[in-house]
Amino acid sequence: MKSKINHISSLVTQNVMFVVLIVLVVVIAVLQPTFLSLRVLNDLLLQNSTRLIIACGMSFILIGGGVDLGAGRAVGISAVIVASMSQSILYPRLFYPNLPELPIIVPILIAVLACTVIGVINGILISKLNIPPFIATLGTQVAVYGLNSLYFDMPPNTSQPIGGIRDDLTFLGSGHLGFVPVVILIAILVIAVCWFILKMTRFGRNIYAIGGNKEAAVVSGIDVQKTTIAIYAIGSALFGLAGVLECARSGGATNNYGNMYEFDAIAACVVGGVSNTGGVGKIPGMIAGVFIFGIINYGLTFVGVSPYWQLVVKGIIIVTAVGLDVRKYKKEK
Amino acid sequence: MPTQDYILEMHHISKSFPGVKALDGVTLRVRPGTVHALMGENGAGKSTLMKCLFGIYSLDEGEVIFDGKKVCFSSVRDAIQSGISMIHQELYPQIYLSVMENIWVGRLPVKYGVVDYKKMYADTAALLRELEINIDPKTVVGSLSVSQMQCVEIARAVSFHSKVIIMDEPTSSLTGNEVEHLFHIISKLRSQGIAFIYISHRIDEILRIADNVSIMRDGFLVGEWNAKEITNDFIISSMVGRKMDQLFPKRNNHPGEVVLELEHFTSPVSNCFRDISLTLRKGEILGIGGLVGAQRTELIEAIFGIRKSTGTIRINGREVHIPSPIQAKRHRMALLTEDRRRSGIFGLLSVSENMAIANYKSYIGLLGALNYKHIQSDAQQGVKKLKIKTPSLKTMIKNLSGGNQQKVLFARWLLTEPEILLLDEPTRGIDVGAKYEIYCIIAELAEQGKSIIMITSEMTELIGMADRVVVMCEGRLTGELTNEHINETEIMRLSSDFSSKLENVCGRDIPEVEK
Repeated sequence: MKSKINHISSLVTQNVMFVVLIVLVVVIAVLQPTFLSLRVLNDLLLQNSTRLIIACGMSFILIGGGVDLGAGRAVGISAVIVASMSQSILYPRLFYPNLPELPIIVPILIAVLACTVIGVINGILISKLNIPPFIATLGTQVAVYGLNSLYFDMPPNTSQPIGGIRDDLTFLGSGHLGFVPVVILIAILVIAVCWFILKMTRFGRNIYAIGGNKEAAVVSGIDVQKTTIAIYAIGSALFGLAGVLECARSGGATNNYGNMYEFDAIAACVVGGVSNTGGVGKIPGMIAGVFIFGIINYGLTFVGVSPYWQLVVKGIIIVTAVGLDVRKYKKEK
Repeated sequence: MPTQDYILEMHHISKSFPGVKALDGVTLRVRPGTVHALMGENGAGKSTLMKCLFGIYSLDEGEVIFDGKKVCFSSVRDAIQSGISMIHQELYPQIYLSVMENIWVGRLPVKYGVVDYKKMYADTAALLRELEINIDPKTVVGSLSVSQMQCVEIARAVSFHSKVIIMDEPTSSLTGNEVEHLFHIISKLRSQGIAFIYISHRIDEILRIADNVSIMRDGFLVGEWNAKEITNDFIISSMVGRKMDQLFPKRNNHPGEVVLELEHFTSPVSNCFRDISLTLRKGEILGIGGLVGAQRTELIEAIFGIRKSTGTIRINGREVHIPSPIQAKRHRMALLTEDRRRSGIFGLLSVSENMAIANYKSYIGLLGALNYKHIQSDAQQGVKKLKIKTPSLKTMIKNLSGGNQQKVLFARWLLTEPEILLLDEPTRGIDVGAKYEIYCIIAELAEQGKSIIMITSEMTELIGMADRVVVMCEGRLTGELTNEHINETEIMRLSSDFSSKLENVCGRDIPEVEK
């Protein structure tokens, strides 16, 4: 009997995020039973699909023992790049007045590729020049915002919000395949691929090894530098993809898109059991983390709680969840 | 082709560091299918020799021949892949990963670009079964006991098809049964032709498991013997048989009444110190001898309130409770830790700040601001009194030599006006000249009536400095020596007073703690 209780209590501490998620849903559903509906589920998924993609990228980086403070700015530059190149030619204020309509995949690839380059630069700064991730990405983040603003300010646009996005791009953000929104399908696909890489590939397992004990990883024959660069490149590419989808969803972009998204992503990851010191974390936990915050946003509004209270609850949940999580690996002194 | 007598030969290895000849023409030859013990006091050159083998240090002279070929490994990884593995005293596993991933990390089996978990599980299970290690390959390594982690490391070494496995103090944190299991595995692998270099202080174990014994002292090889032909006493005298070549200051301290008393002092952590009862007198230098892993550091950290403990502490006859260093300081205690860099100095702070930091409360002046003038003048005095060589009081302490850093730490604690000083390896990493000055400081403090507990792993220091010596082994006090009984043979005997007694005391198997 006692061992059964121990077993359950360890199961709970191992899966804090799922418990929190279930409790949240139950509490809100009791207060407002209409919360449990397909429409609400659809809204929740829609609102959180880009967050899931950003958190996927952040998971790679956190598990590898790093952090990326530039996630939001990568989203921003990607949104502006893709918007600038995929305006409908009938729109009166064109970013590139003489640009013919490109196949939609071209601007998307350019935007994602630009972000990938940022990630490679971060990876090189961190692994080859040994600059701490916090500082390296803080620096690139500022520079990226600067570059983005310069681009955004080029004549004839001169810092006007970019609009008139073509239908084939907005389809990614607000279209449906059958009755399922495309953006949700993309998020599911990204999650599946990330889960596969982290869990099933040698590269993925090496990320855990590097985040868990870098010295041991070196001795074990893992190419830590290359892997680190790849981690940041993948992360940034996903931020870029999220930027494309943000643009597609809203039908436009400005240089301030994505601002501070990295903090939501980091919070979701750590609440979802991804260690902020590396080596630990799973995709399902991260998903739970994203939805915990998604439900706080959506559900508490749904039951009429002030948005300011939502912030207070969010803060408490971050600290509590991580506090419980730390217990998992605590050793007695 | 000549038959290959030795799997590993290290010929006439020499290595110097500025001011020290760490290795002087050492030759070590290991036959396949044998356990070759490498013995010597701390600092005799055993680990330097191993670092030379693994390419961590370059050789000044000599050559390494492995498996019939001259080799020169560039890194630990290089050596492992060639067939030489080392299992460290302090293990460095991936604690978040599973047992099987720890074994195969860096070369995970892959099928169609995907990690082949099935194959990895099967291979690991087969490997562990063959070694009779009873661990599920999927267990997370962080949840294993130290001995189980060690087994995983051995399995990993075997998985590399290692021909030579080096073990550094493998039994230092194992219980009696675990040692038996380890020996069983070693014997099994030995019969398969794998050679072991077994570094240990534990003579009884060496005599049981080793085929050959090499003993080092002061960077020389004293000799190599067949383990069957030598005795316990012979090994001890070979290890310590040297003249006292260091001078100690003359001491004029006179131990007075008892100031500190421990009764049945025990750690709540298993395999830590237990049932320690001892006394410390005013103006006395009490030495604590023992081997690495004897739990001496843990004991004095517990006295200072850094670790938990049960039992009684009395200071000046009054029972006290010391749950944290704050209380310890209130009871006029001071602790110089073993690892100066990690828990002693604040490397980036100045010499004067490093001195004042434990005593800031006496420098608080108007509006809570620190009185820097006062700090400077106290620091100036400390520098003068302890003869600290520093360009200025503003110099960052990390730029001073080890000896001068240690003096600054003495000065720090003296500012708190302690009555009881706990010194953990006070001369570690300090060159000979500066050691003498540290000894002088300790002697003078005792003369002033301060009570001192000093842990040291250096025999000569223990004999030269202590008024009285207690010796610990595996967390227990194994004896107390006074006056003419303080000698190397006695200390060595008490230091390796192991499992036979342990089992008598416990009289039972020590159960694994499952959580």
